[in-house]
Amino acid sequence: MHQFLFIVFAVFCAGGAINLLVQRKTINSALSLIVVMGSLAMIYLLLGAEFVAVVQVIIYAGAIMVLYIFVIMLLNAGDEEASKGSNVAKYFGIPGLFIGGIIGIGVLLKHRPNDTPLKLGALYGPADQVGMLLFTKYLLAFEVTSVLVLIAIMGAVVLARRSDS
Amino acid sequence: MTVPISWYLLLSAFLFACGVTGFLTKRNVITLFMSIELMLNGVNLSFIAFATRLQTLDGHIFVFFVMVVAAAEAAVGLAIIIAVYRTRETLNVDRVNLLKL
Repeated sequence: MHQFLFIVFAVFCAGGAINLLVQRKTINSALSLIVVMGSLAMIYLLLGAEFVAVVQVIIYAGAIMVLYIFVIMLLNAGDEEASKGSNVAKYFGIPGLFIGGIIGIGVLLKHRPNDTPLKLGALYGPADQVGMLLFTKYLLAFEVTSVLVLIAIMGAVVLARRSDS
Repeated sequence: MTVPISWYLLLSAFLFACGVTGFLTKRNVITLFMSIELMLNGVNLSFIAFATRLQTLDGHIFVFFVMVVAAAEAAVGLAIIIAVYRTRETLNVDRVNLLKL
């Protein structure tokens, strides 16, 4: 069951990622990115990361992607213009991709890593335990993050404001 | 029935590779930002898989921080995109070349 669920959501995830690259309309790319994020949340649940899965849906698939789609609608971003295609990509990129892939697969096959099977929900991470860690061990980082978010809010307001007013 | 950790890591690597490919090949600046989000998601999956492997919750905290930074980046980046669109009337990164010699 665990394997079946993982394969289903991994296929959704990979398909969404490929669809993001293939689509020419920006809005379709954004919607396939939401598919990727939703199925990633399910994969986090399979690993037992409850808090992260919920936050993934609320923050990523909710807040961030709504912001993206809002901007796409606001700027009326339609079809993407095709790039001219550079010679560097043609003569170095594609052979480099093949060589890199072959080297990577060779290294992986030669040094077979210690492959640990992970059980369903092998590490249970509910919100209270994550919060306990967040407010004790990582308290300073948490406070610095709050300053970062405040600066980001102010920066977004300043940058998006009309300059002539 | 268990799933090996390498499956999770392969999915993570695939998502990251898709993000890199999109970032290098796409021309629309909003799609570039979405490719960055895809890369961040791939990294997050690695964090969670290794947190489960090492039986520690620290990886979950790092995913939380990555999400906060991604939210801040999206807010500021999209504000910059709106500002650029107001002055240059384009979303194509090849046309935003004022600093080019």
